Amino acid sequence: MSERENKTENGSMESVGEGTAGEEKDDKGLGLGVIFFIVAFVACFLSGTLLFPKLLYSKKEQPFNFDHALHVGEAGDCETCHSFREDGSFTGIPKLATCLDCHSEEVLGETEDEAVFVEEYVLEEKEVPWYVYSRQPDNVFFSHAAHTQTAGMDCVTCHGHIGESTSLKPYEENRITGYSRDIWGKNIFGIKKNSWDRMKMDDCAACHKEETGHKGYCFQCHK
Amino acid sequence: MKQNNNKAHKFGMVIDLDKCTGCGSCMVSCMSENNVPFKEDESNKKDSITWMRVYKLTNGKSFPDTEIAYLPRPCQHCGGKGDHGHSPCVSVCPAVATDYGYDTGIVSQIYTRCFGCRYCMGACPYHARYFNWWDPKWPEGMENYLSPDVSPRMRGVVEKCSFCYHRYQAAKDTAYYEGRDDIEEHEYQTACATACPAGAIVFGDLNNPAHQVHQIVKPDPHPDPRNKHIVGKSRNPKVFRLLERLGTNPKVYYLSEREWVRKQGDNYLDGEWDKIKNYHGASSHD
Repeated sequence: MSERENKTENGSMESVGEGTAGEEKDDKGLGLGVIFFIVAFVACFLSGTLLFPKLLYSKKEQPFNFDHALHVGEAGDCETCHSFREDGSFTGIPKLATCLDCHSEEVLGETEDEAVFVEEYVLEEKEVPWYVYSRQPDNVFFSHAAHTQTAGMDCVTCHGHIGESTSLKPYEENRITGYSRDIWGKNIFGIKKNSWDRMKMDDCAACHKEETGHKGYCFQCHK
Repeated sequence: MKQNNNKAHKFGMVIDLDKCTGCGSCMVSCMSENNVPFKEDESNKKDSITWMRVYKLTNGKSFPDTEIAYLPRPCQHCGGKGDHGHSPCVSVCPAVATDYGYDTGIVSQIYTRCFGCRYCMGACPYHARYFNWWDPKWPEGMENYLSPDVSPRMRGVVEKCSFCYHRYQAAKDTAYYEGRDDIEEHEYQTACATACPAGAIVFGDLNNPAHQVHQIVKPDPHPDPRNKHIVGKSRNPKVFRLLERLGTNPKVYYLSEREWVRKQGDNYLDGEWDKIKNYHGASSHD
């Protein structure tokens, strides 16, 4: 951002400089032009950074709130609910049956959300239609076992501190691709501060390059 | 970090043409395993998509000497000249939509990366690649039967046999979970190999002497002295590869006791076959 602004400032300085060399009449028109350019640039820039993400992503609320911190406190760790199957594949978001290992038709806590969960899903025997923030496109294969079991990585490295959160953020869906915003990342410029800020192919490749010396062949992660 | 440091595999296949009855089970299992789309009217075979295709061979003689053989043809997963990974299709792809996996020897195809120029189809000497002229249309309810492990393709991209790579991914997943370094031979088998009722298709790692495919093919570790571009020629005189002299180094081998069948693996000038038929397949080494 600052780079671009510097450029326009330099640009306007040059043109002002050229203007003073000529007659004074031209100077006024040129000054107005410069002002117009700056105003238009700022308007475009602001609409691009503030309005565009709102246009690009639609917000969807989860069926009801889920308190990760509370559940981690009760269950102990991530793997209790987000477990592996016997064949090494990853279950991802737990099914209702997993919830019912602890929950029953009786409400355990005091929150409204649990009442919704029991009434609308447990009693109806319906799966909760969670939106998955980290859902990758259809053609991506990802082995959780390779990363957490073999390479010993933490969940946090890719998923961030979701285990410490008390509420679920709204799910933002890209209107063009249908993918979750967490794939591109919150920052519209794609600027990344933490390892869990983005989940693009480049992020996988960069880490693979660093850790294994090779970013991998296409079929390693595609199907 | 411990991963990707295993010895390179070289997955390959040997198909016994004397066992093959031409039943087509491999074609059917392949289509259902890999979500291969079909048309409402499949009578026009020119634009049908068949990752695995069974060809009919005949010795061209009239009754009572007529003989028939069937030749199943998946993607040959060529290693290219000198087996360096420069497969005909990989070399021409301008989008890097297909690449050679040096860890498995499998030629990939990434549908979302492909933009449908079809250079690879022109380059492939085995007609193993197919173009999607339409978006797939599944009869109502059939979408529920698609495999979630294979991504479906869209109109305008090329597709081909992947040696059921998703089964390799699944087998590796299990191995990682169980803390094993590598997978077993039986854990990774292609759909066609498991479906063949005659047991004509044998699949495994050509680099692993314990695997059945290696024991049948006995791949020559040295380049062919007559043509240094040809690597991995079979030391079994009954085994041949399709268009072997091109130097594409396919990883699909064919086995037949019948000489006329072996002769169909390439085009020969008059009298040429007789000069090389004994050499063909066998190496001058050992």
